[in-house]
Amino acid sequence: MPDASLNISVLLDSLESELRRQIAVRGLTDPVMIGIHTGGAWVARILHERLGLRDPLGLLDISFYRDDFSQIGMHPQVQSSKLPFRVEGRDVILIDDVFYTGRTVRAALNEIFDYGRPAQVLLGVLIERNGRQIPLQPDCVGQRIELSGGRRIKLTGPEPMALNIQQAGPDRRALA
Amino acid sequence: MSQNLQFDETGRLRHFLTIEGLSRELLIRIMDTAESFASVTEQQVKKVPLLRGKTVVNLFFENSTRTRTTFELAAKRLSADVLNLNIATSATSKGESLLDTIRNLEAMHVDMFVVRHAESGAAHFIARHVAPHISVVNAGDGRHAHPTQAMLDMFTIRKIKGDIAPLKVAIVGDILHSRVARSEIHALNILGAAEVRVVGPRTLMPVGIEKLGVTVFNDLDAGLDDVDVVIMLRLQKERMSGAFLPSVNEYFASYGLTEARLAKAKPDAIVMHPGPINRGIEIDSRVADGPQSVILQQVSNGIAVRMAVMSMVLRGQDDLARAEAA
Repeated sequence: MPDASLNISVLLDSLESELRRQIAVRGLTDPVMIGIHTGGAWVARILHERLGLRDPLGLLDISFYRDDFSQIGMHPQVQSSKLPFRVEGRDVILIDDVFYTGRTVRAALNEIFDYGRPAQVLLGVLIERNGRQIPLQPDCVGQRIELSGGRRIKLTGPEPMALNIQQAGPDRRALA
Repeated sequence: MSQNLQFDETGRLRHFLTIEGLSRELLIRIMDTAESFASVTEQQVKKVPLLRGKTVVNLFFENSTRTRTTFELAAKRLSADVLNLNIATSATSKGESLLDTIRNLEAMHVDMFVVRHAESGAAHFIARHVAPHISVVNAGDGRHAHPTQAMLDMFTIRKIKGDIAPLKVAIVGDILHSRVARSEIHALNILGAAEVRVVGPRTLMPVGIEKLGVTVFNDLDAGLDDVDVVIMLRLQKERMSGAFLPSVNEYFASYGLTEARLAKAKPDAIVMHPGPINRGIEIDSRVADGPQSVILQQVSNGIAVRMAVMSMVLRGQDDLARAEAA
């Protein structure tokens, strides 16, 4: 069941205004946006339109860059990453749905840098939860929440999008 | 030979030795995974870190520059370390047995053998004797199988034609000695191609080939009539001296693919060849370099398909294979 306390449209508004503020603070004039498959791509589609960015949206599937590949193996539904612009020297807004351990973002940064060296990367997430395992953190957040161990948060969608808080099962892919 | 040798005790795809007996789902999975690897070539750094720290040994007992190169490139794009061993000119010529060679390489903590051998069953033999942590990929054994070539051809056909199921496919040439033909017949049947034809002279047609679910043609014009895909096979020069064929010229006159012959096929038919091509023997240059030829696309696709197979056997947790082997 979707969690009533997590209103998607409120979170999107909040993340959008955080992004606008950071874009102004950092003086980004022509950034590109990349969404991380799958939930991050749904969020990024909306924000990309709201911010009126010039270049088409980029999509990243970080499956080949996960550090737990040796334990979980190949995801059966790997999508191709599509970056329809040159990353080299560009300001990148990276979008994901949930920031948890930081490992997804680490993998995403590794993959982005294999396409080229961006000038800056600004990380925006809809939700930041506790449980960070590596020293990375988002720049712009829709909402921060605390969850007890063993619980996970999942975005379903794309239409309509909803956030669900669940008891984590044995699926190690839940690490986000 | 049991196909179950390809799966470990938990049903995970451990070796890739033959197409025979694999499921449609698994073949589609390989093609889907290859599709996602295609984007790696668009990166500035054309590598993904999936097999970092792994060592792949190309064990080639038979020369094949192109196959070895594409396997090598595939392994390197997965960030594996690659060792190329041309066994014909090294260990065995010093009298070292095959199993001694394998044991020595195992002691060097390698993770995968890519095996090319002139004897049918060689890859299976090695797979039966390797340490449990090692995977074996068959890069062509005798007349038996060349499963990654078949998969890259299926991938190429799917990329261009969309769906394999409605297609009529003709495989033309030396069917008798061709491991490529055998693997492709299995793959096309598993993927449900509408019709699989084999076309060639009687001397190069195995007895009972119909049992594999193909239609046999000895006449090229009839065999090409209305097909969507033409797969030309390489003619080994030694067949000329082996009483299989009277002469190169006569072979080309009867079975060489020319523009006029290709006109028998559908107008949008594609022409494939596992390479290297013998121009003027099995295929005319104007066809090999013509607009219907996808021979170079096959080469490019070979890297992505081999990346998919290598990543799946080395690390892939394969639920479909598990269900299949149960």
